[in-house]
Amino acid sequence: MTRKRARLRRIAIGGAAWAVALWVFFPILWMVLTGFKTEPDAISTPPHLIFHPTLSSYREVFARETYWHFALNSVAISVLASIAAILLSIPAAYAMAFLPGRRTRGTLLWMLSTRMLPPVGVLVPIYLLARGMGLLDSRTGLVVIYTLTNLPIMVWMLYTFFREVPIPILEAGRMDGATRWQEITQVLLPLALPGIASTGLLSMILCWNEAFWSLNLTSSAAAPLPTFIASFSSPEGLFFAKLSAASTLAVAPILVFGWLSQKQLVRGLTFGAVK
Amino acid sequence: MDQAAGRIPVAAAPVGRPSRARRTGGALLLSPAVILLLVWSLVPLAMTLWYSVRRYNLVDPTQVGFAGLGNYWYLLTDPDFLTALLNTAILVGGVLVITVGLGTLLAVLFDQSFPGRGIARVLVISPFFVMPTVSALLWKNLMLHPIYGVYSAMMRAVGLTPVDWLSRYPLATLVMIVSWEWLPFAILILLTAIQSLDAEQKEAARMDGAGPLAQFRYIILPHLSRAITVVIMIETIFLLAVFAEISVTTAGGPGVASTNLAFLIYSRALLQFDVGGASAGGVVAIVIANIVAAFLLRAVARNLEA
Amino acid sequence: MATVELRDIRKTYSDEEIIKGVSLTIHDREFVVFVGPSGCGKSTLLRMIAGLEEITAGELLIDGVRANEKGPAERGLAMVFQSYALYPHMNVYRNMEFSLRLAGMPEAERRQRIADVARILQLEPYLDHKPGQLSGGQRQRVAIGRAIVRNPKVFLFDEPLSNLDAALRGQMRVELATLHRRLGATTIYVTHDQVEAMTMADRIVVLRRGVVEQIGTPLDLYHRPRNLFVAQFMGSPAMNVLPAHIVSVTDRTATVTTGPLTVTVPVHAGSLQPGAAVTLGVRPEHIGLDMAGAPQGLVEISERLGAATLLHVRLSDGRQIVVQTGGDNMNAPDSAVGVTPDPAHCHLFDADGVALDHLAAHPLQVGS
Repeated sequence: MTRKRARLRRIAIGGAAWAVALWVFFPILWMVLTGFKTEPDAISTPPHLIFHPTLSSYREVFARETYWHFALNSVAISVLASIAAILLSIPAAYAMAFLPGRRTRGTLLWMLSTRMLPPVGVLVPIYLLARGMGLLDSRTGLVVIYTLTNLPIMVWMLYTFFREVPIPILEAGRMDGATRWQEITQVLLPLALPGIASTGLLSMILCWNEAFWSLNLTSSAAAPLPTFIASFSSPEGLFFAKLSAASTLAVAPILVFGWLSQKQLVRGLTFGAVK
Repeated sequence: MDQAAGRIPVAAAPVGRPSRARRTGGALLLSPAVILLLVWSLVPLAMTLWYSVRRYNLVDPTQVGFAGLGNYWYLLTDPDFLTALLNTAILVGGVLVITVGLGTLLAVLFDQSFPGRGIARVLVISPFFVMPTVSALLWKNLMLHPIYGVYSAMMRAVGLTPVDWLSRYPLATLVMIVSWEWLPFAILILLTAIQSLDAEQKEAARMDGAGPLAQFRYIILPHLSRAITVVIMIETIFLLAVFAEISVTTAGGPGVASTNLAFLIYSRALLQFDVGGASAGGVVAIVIANIVAAFLLRAVARNLEA
Repeated sequence: MATVELRDIRKTYSDEEIIKGVSLTIHDREFVVFVGPSGCGKSTLLRMIAGLEEITAGELLIDGVRANEKGPAERGLAMVFQSYALYPHMNVYRNMEFSLRLAGMPEAERRQRIADVARILQLEPYLDHKPGQLSGGQRQRVAIGRAIVRNPKVFLFDEPLSNLDAALRGQMRVELATLHRRLGATTIYVTHDQVEAMTMADRIVVLRRGVVEQIGTPLDLYHRPRNLFVAQFMGSPAMNVLPAHIVSVTDRTATVTTGPLTVTVPVHAGSLQPGAAVTLGVRPEHIGLDMAGAPQGLVEISERLGAATLLHVRLSDGRQIVVQTGGDNMNAPDSAVGVTPDPAHCHLFDADGVALDHLAAHPLQVGS
């Protein structure tokens, strides 16, 4: 009797969980499917569940919409900004984790507070500064801004990872004659590599998907994928198949990236709140 | 890390304050990040403050000079501003309630074992990786379009009249879309937190006669409090700045029904070219963010203690 | 030659003095153990010698040269950490090689040294293994190997055995003692376990709350504890202590009484007069059983250890003492027994817990 009830319970739980998962994932799935439809198929009512898959929309996106131009901008900006943020945050997180002073905690909280400043609050000066320096619609401008906006979160995340490194191991390095530089590069960094990887990963995702500065500061030359997709909000967006194909192409790289590394990522995202 | 490291009694390794020389080195290592952030946070802030008391329009060179608090007065008495403020609060609050509430329940659900749990989990966290412009267009066109949208087709299939969600209930629909984006984040973090709960604690509670509800209330929920703090803080940072979703779907409309503070300032600055007014809005946004941040950071500071 | 000298060493953390002036000379080839309860400052003291903690005041001399300002690596010391602190991303060979590589030693010489050390510690089969693949005992040996390979002036050990299970701990104790005899290196060893201190040390330094309570050979401390704290800390099972008062005094003895017991102990009573309150201390192994005379207590529990039996006896005044008897002692709970402390092995402590001078020299006691 109880075993039967336990089985029923398991089925109910599995059913509920799968229903939620499918419901949450459905829009993405539908987007991918629509990308393989012809335009008339895509807007047929009721929607066709069975259709002849075609690559015509993808061909069109590649051919006419210069997808590669935007994708290349996205890759270049995300990678450069992530590397810059990591390089800046490693020494800062090291100092906070292993050489704490009276003001360390205050500094960390202050850094976070700078991240809380809403971008709109400084939209005007940044826009004018960028215009003045000729950085409007330039990759450099976005790289600098993404590096700085992500820096506090990167420092915080690395700080929580570094704090998990047993201090005696670094002390052993010092006893063995390692200089500060050797201590960081030969002992700490190899040990914290998974943490650094997931920090870089989060930075990549945040940069790739960022849609405030990219929409406001770029239009064509340096525009990354979010700007590219936003251009579909005009009536052109009613070409559902093309919109879906373009969106799928914009999302796919980071989505696959995220799937493969979700375990790494989540460890860092809990910011030490989960032991 | 290896097993032995996990067993070190904490008291046995007294870690004091590092020596003065080492701390000086620490300040040196810290300085690049600190200086950059200092410049990044102070220069634009000062400029915003300056512009906010100036008469300054990008396309109207006749508007110059000191405006005093005029820009603020103009902004604060503008009914659009109050609407935007309220909309911001509804958007942030609504999404937080939905994602944290639903996220907690779903985290408990996904903590149970069932066939295909790994795949289901990957599916449910996917929206987190979708860029805001894509999710906004996805919902606006493919899902909620009053004629071609899947949801409209579903409503027709059961004999209902499809609703043009984004023009009838723009703010509620935006809350729904943004919740869809952030629910995965809440589930991801809270699920990890639940899985870190000591199994013996749950077993001890069961031995004490706690049913599933009592376990949730007295064991799981208190254990999750720190993780929930983190979820709220991170989400608030991003929710206060929601922009692309509005820009792509409703453009703040109809009227200002779905305009939040971010979008209002954007439209003042880059659509109406009113730098002075936009800057005053920016200062208000910063003040509000600081008030919120003060509360959140206090909670986070408590997390850092442990 | 390697000596370490501490001159009035002090450590202050944010206004709280943790080490309150420790002076000590450690001779060449000596094995010195710092022992004390947790929080006594023994690890802090060791870390100050290592150079991992700043010395607030006082002087540290290594081989007669002031070392306060030297960095950890310049002091020529090697340390074995409680958690071993092996580099998890390096294999055993690389772990041992790290310091040599940093010091710029040529490859061939490094290889030779590591091979020698690996042979001594029987680590040859594991040189390619990462620390995560090793057992606790093997990791311990790698940590020791990493220290030995540098050929340091002084070895520092910070509770190195506390992460091992009891059997392995016993085995490693013997291995460490053997290694010390073989290498003859000056060693400072920190532990909270008085058995480790007794079995391995040439000299023991007992610390409590940042203060040295007593320095001496293991048997010094065992037979002639200077105060109540040392008396109770050293020896297992712990010494029985009973509140007593003086009945009579001669110039070579003091007679005290506590409950049903009266003992005449060969000590200098000093200024203490009859009636003064003192504490009588006597170890369980120094109390005999007297089945003939009038019973003075009841056996409550008998713990049979095999080689010995520990009887927990409730005296007629309600106090409990532990008596160690032979493994074949047949006294069951509730049997009435008489107890007779051996006066030569009894200790008297004054109201401040300071031991009264003992007059019976112990045959095994060296120097002092």
